[in-house]
Amino acid sequence: MIVIKNVSVTFNQGTVNENQALRDINLNVREGDFITIIGSNGAGKSTLFNLIAGTIPPTTGTIHAGGRNITREPEYKRARYIGRIFQNPLLGTASNMSLEDNMMITYRKGFKWLKRSLTSKMKEYFRTELLQLKMGLEHRMKENLLMFSGGQRQALTLLMMVLSKPALIMLDEHTAALDPKNAEIVLELTDKFIREYKLTSMMITHNMNHAIEYGNRLLMMDRGEIIFDVSGDEKKELTVEKLIEKFHELRHHGFENDRALLAE
Amino acid sequence: MIEGILVEGLIYGIMVLGVFITFRVLDFPDLTVDGSFPLGAALMVQGLLLGMNGWLALLIAFIGGVLAGVVTALIHNHLKVPNLLAGILTMTMLYSINIRILGNRANVPVLDQDTLLSDVSNRLSGIIPDDYILLLFFVVVSITIKLLIDLFFRTDLGMTIGAMGNNEQMVISQGINPKTLKTIGLGLSNGLVAVSGAFAAQYLGFADVGLGQGIIISGLASVMIGEFLIMKSNRIGVLTFCALAGSVLFHAVMYLGRYYGYIIKMTPSDLNLIKGLLIIILLILTQSRKLKMAAFRVRVQK
Ligand SMILES: Nc1ncnc2c1ncn2[C@@H]1O[C@H](COP(=O)(O)OP(=O)(O)OP(=O)(O)O)[C@@H](O)[C@H]1O
Ligand SMILES: [Mg+2]
Repeated sequence: MIVIKNVSVTFNQGTVNENQALRDINLNVREGDFITIIGSNGAGKSTLFNLIAGTIPPTTGTIHAGGRNITREPEYKRARYIGRIFQNPLLGTASNMSLEDNMMITYRKGFKWLKRSLTSKMKEYFRTELLQLKMGLEHRMKENLLMFSGGQRQALTLLMMVLSKPALIMLDEHTAALDPKNAEIVLELTDKFIREYKLTSMMITHNMNHAIEYGNRLLMMDRGEIIFDVSGDEKKELTVEKLIEKFHELRHHGFENDRALLAE
Repeated sequence: MIEGILVEGLIYGIMVLGVFITFRVLDFPDLTVDGSFPLGAALMVQGLLLGMNGWLALLIAFIGGVLAGVVTALIHNHLKVPNLLAGILTMTMLYSINIRILGNRANVPVLDQDTLLSDVSNRLSGIIPDDYILLLFFVVVSITIKLLIDLFFRTDLGMTIGAMGNNEQMVISQGINPKTLKTIGLGLSNGLVAVSGAFAAQYLGFADVGLGQGIIISGLASVMIGEFLIMKSNRIGVLTFCALAGSVLFHAVMYLGRYYGYIIKMTPSDLNLIKGLLIIILLILTQSRKLKMAAFRVRVQK
């Protein structure tokens, strides 16, 4: 579905700060894949997402979506079929607007015209969808989002993204800024939605247990490269120990903070 | 005196609504205003001198303002010029353009001409006391414009523009080009500013290229006074009302400064200093109030 061919990304090319964030990446995201991605800080995980989303262009290489070359397509156009959630819960919703206004803006992709879609029928539809979150938000439709917790906002962003039925969703440590309880709730919801709506997904996480537990495919990145790509039964049999061992085998330096990761 | 303050406050209030849209809704500090205000005045006055229908001249002034805003948006969007600089560029170019529109003059009077205002006065004279005709007219005009703005920001498009000022990434994620929204917002804002300039010219009896000088500061001060009136609200109707009310209050303060300032040995040239100080004081007051509100919220949550 998404095919990345020989893609490299170099920041500040030709300056002393030159930094190759991605090196000759090849990746085929198949329809129905739920890919978890791990790797140390600065490995290039977010850069890979930025590349697929169109936030940054590749220095070399091409990106295809459904057979179409999208290497030069701007971010806002790709957003119509690629959904994305960031680590920062504030990036998915507008703080100074009410919950129902936010839902109105996010429920359908594309340019909005001079009509008023927020009818009582629409509100009713939003209310029933909110029930899925089991957070009691359906009683707070007129409240400003400023009053909501990060976990509630992230869950809302997730719900609205799912309702717009994107061809691919990308989650960049989307539970990292939440407290453990909320992080667990949002992650459970994520898994539930991905299964129910059969979404093709990619999820970056620093938690190896989550990377192993969720999804059908796992990518390990290091210094701008995908060093390990595992799926199917082999993925099911992974353990944290095996992953770290694999890392040592492939690279001859230590996994940056493997102890910290093991502790989680 | 009171009618004078109210009329002036409402005329400039239309400009304040425009400034409110860029500074508060779009989060785009747009300085085009200093050029689009006299642009509206110049287009209106020239239209009247050419014998055009007053409403048609007003429409042309509005369109002129829209175009000025669109130019600023294009400079900002496509040349990646910072928003402040983009506005200053357009404003500077407008200075020359405005003089051209006024027929290579810096000041053109319309005293003997029929204007929209003289037309209204003639029609309503005898029905309503003369002193209140203009006041009534501008109450109707400014409230109508306010309501139209409220309506616009309740539509899908308007709401999305509001969301962009708050969170540009969110709008991009919805598959919408923020550049388009900025262009629409800036066009609308400067269109309103030009309409305000067009009315101001008819009220004052002339168009002058210097009419817009520092107008952005008056607009900003008015917006801030309005915000100070009411606790934070996210209802557009409340916010636009505050902008209008802020404008009236601001003009009341300026009126006092102009006519009673001599008591404290103030001269008219001190007014700019007063405007600046007013903004600084408002900034300090809002900041300390924000801190208090935050402290209050923390306590409530505990
Ligand atoms: N916009 C940018 N300009 C310059 N360098 C960048 C930019 N974005 C990322 N980089 C660099 O690219 C490299 C990869 O960064 P990236 O954000 O993709 O890492 P990551 O794997 O997401 O790490 P983390 O786990 O810390 O989020 C880093 O060295 C980073 O400093
Ligand atoms: Mg990252």
